[in-house]
Amino acid sequence: MTRATSVFGWLAAAGLLAGLVMGFGVAPREATQGNVQRIMYLHVPSVWVAYVAFAVVFVASIAYLARRAEAADRLAHASAEVGVLFTGLTIATGSIWGKPTWGTWWTWDARLTSVAILFVMYIGYLLLRGMIEERERAARSAAVLGIIAALNIPLVHFSVVWWRTLHQPPSLMKPGGSAMPGIMIVALLVNFVAFSLLYVYFVAKRARLLRLEEEAAA
Amino acid sequence: MIFARRAWVVVWKDLLVERRSKETLNALFFFSLLLLFVFQFALGPDRERLAATLPGLLWLGFILAGLLGLGRTFVVERENDCWEGLLLAPGDKSAIYVGKLAGNLLLMLVVEAMLLALFVIFFNLEIAAALPGLALVVLLGTVGFAAVGTLFAAMTAQVRARELLFPVLLLPVQVPVLLATVKATEAVLLGEPLGAVAHWLKLLAAADVIYVAAGVLTFDFLLES
Amino acid sequence: MAPDALVRVSGLRKAFGGHRVLDGVTLEVRAGEALALLGANGAGKTTLLRILATLARPTRGTAWVAGHDCARDPERVRPHIGLVAHGSYVYEDLTALENLRFWTGLAGLGVPRTDLMAALAAVELERFAGERVRTFSAGMKRRLSLARFVLARPRVLLLDEPFAGLDQRAKKWLEEHLQAFKAGGGAIVMATHSFGRELAVADRIAILAGGGIALDTPRGSRGADEIARLYRLYTENGA
Repeated sequence: MTRATSVFGWLAAAGLLAGLVMGFGVAPREATQGNVQRIMYLHVPSVWVAYVAFAVVFVASIAYLARRAEAADRLAHASAEVGVLFTGLTIATGSIWGKPTWGTWWTWDARLTSVAILFVMYIGYLLLRGMIEERERAARSAAVLGIIAALNIPLVHFSVVWWRTLHQPPSLMKPGGSAMPGIMIVALLVNFVAFSLLYVYFVAKRARLLRLEEEAAA
Repeated sequence: MIFARRAWVVVWKDLLVERRSKETLNALFFFSLLLLFVFQFALGPDRERLAATLPGLLWLGFILAGLLGLGRTFVVERENDCWEGLLLAPGDKSAIYVGKLAGNLLLMLVVEAMLLALFVIFFNLEIAAALPGLALVVLLGTVGFAAVGTLFAAMTAQVRARELLFPVLLLPVQVPVLLATVKATEAVLLGEPLGAVAHWLKLLAAADVIYVAAGVLTFDFLLES
Repeated sequence: MAPDALVRVSGLRKAFGGHRVLDGVTLEVRAGEALALLGANGAGKTTLLRILATLARPTRGTAWVAGHDCARDPERVRPHIGLVAHGSYVYEDLTALENLRFWTGLAGLGVPRTDLMAALAAVELERFAGERVRTFSAGMKRRLSLARFVLARPRVLLLDEPFAGLDQRAKKWLEEHLQAFKAGGGAIVMATHSFGRELAVADRIAILAGGGIALDTPRGSRGADEIARLYRLYTENGA
């Protein structure tokens, strides 16, 4: 298990390096927004990983309630932590992108708002886990919350989009028009893969740490 | 149907306890009154300005009162040491959830009616024409709020810092319902037909179904000690 | 393993954090039999009862009550057990009658008023049917808890210090009712750390010490003094 984890770690590192080179070096400078648009190569893969992470929390939570397998609970816990990390990264990169583009650090743009709500929901998940001492009860309660939060995501998405776009012009945060040059798509894909590998690496490491903590306490 | 009878006995018991102890409803009524004063003092005496934010204020009032009321869902079980008694009673535990949800729904609707009446009096509102539409929006929104609130009350019942954790968990999840209800209330109070906010109503209905189903399916797991 | 064993515990272990409260408990209780579970405070009596009552899960080992696994199939066990422990499971703002109506209603039993009153009569509380439980003494609350099981007819009674805090009259009443329960084919597991009336009801004695059963023997004709001596003997050695 640890050997495989290390392999993922190295691949992720290599992928990130390649991704950085492609995004900040090889890919062309975008016409209207300039170099700041390059942050898209971090921002979009981040939000993708965040959604994957929370989908994993959903599935692992159901698996835990169905089977009471502690490994499923550790997976849910680790994935939620990594998900919150990448959600925070999404918000931060979104802010950095927004400041020169719109002149403000924060805006109630549909996507940013959705991600912010996601962030707060899953921080609540981590708070809940931290506040219940008995391991088994914490796992059960968190599993229920993980399921509700995930079911809520489509509701959040629709409500926020309708809240904003019915009266506002669509978000400027499009990667530069309808047709992206091929090289930009490649750079984006490299970063998608790299971030996904990083996700797997982080979750595997964190889950293993959780297991070691439990064994030490027993 | 045995399930319905068992859920009903939970509602009956909670109504009886509330009638004897008179704890919750009286306090929530005065809380609603105080909220009105607080809104007035916080936002200034300008009636026009207050009227413009009315839908938001109304739902803010509902939510604040709801957080207090819903948070107390299992207090009577905790105080009487009956939580495990619920768990030990044979039969499908989700009947308890449905019973508690029904009780909470009743409580919230009564408090919301009181708050709405206070708003009408204090802000001199004319809502007669909008009342049916408003009632529908309030009902749909309250079901969603109470469904998740009842479930999370069970989730936090045994946690030491439950008064903090309960609103922290409930509020983010309630954002879609809040957005939908405020927007729909706004439209209804402006005299728009319900068809104009059909998408919001559908969202609320979908949310209600999802939350109640999730509650029924997962309540079991929260009851175990 | 006796074929009519209503309670069967095998290799039961329960650890809280790092602390092993139960470490390999094995015992059996048959229909019509009452087991008195003796042990010092903290020996694990309450933990064992809670596992049998499906309120806690063992770390290892198995517990069966009425033929079903307490940890895997708790919902199948629950209709067959009656627990009378420190939490009396009564709502103080409700009357005795209303409490019975709630608990039987929640169990899915539609019990008519006459039967509810008969159950109250069986525990000698019918005069207080309309009184709020808040005004009851500890003994009366205990009797009300037992009234639930007059109606629910469990096969196994799990009792945690049932005679504690009762006056002489209530103790005599409880002793008679437990004997009647046994005669009706029920099994009783009674946790206690005193040697009074419990022993008159008990057919067997088990001493819980050091996480396991130090002694499991028929009560026979032993009196309270001899049992107290045995208890001190087993609990002071490596307890």
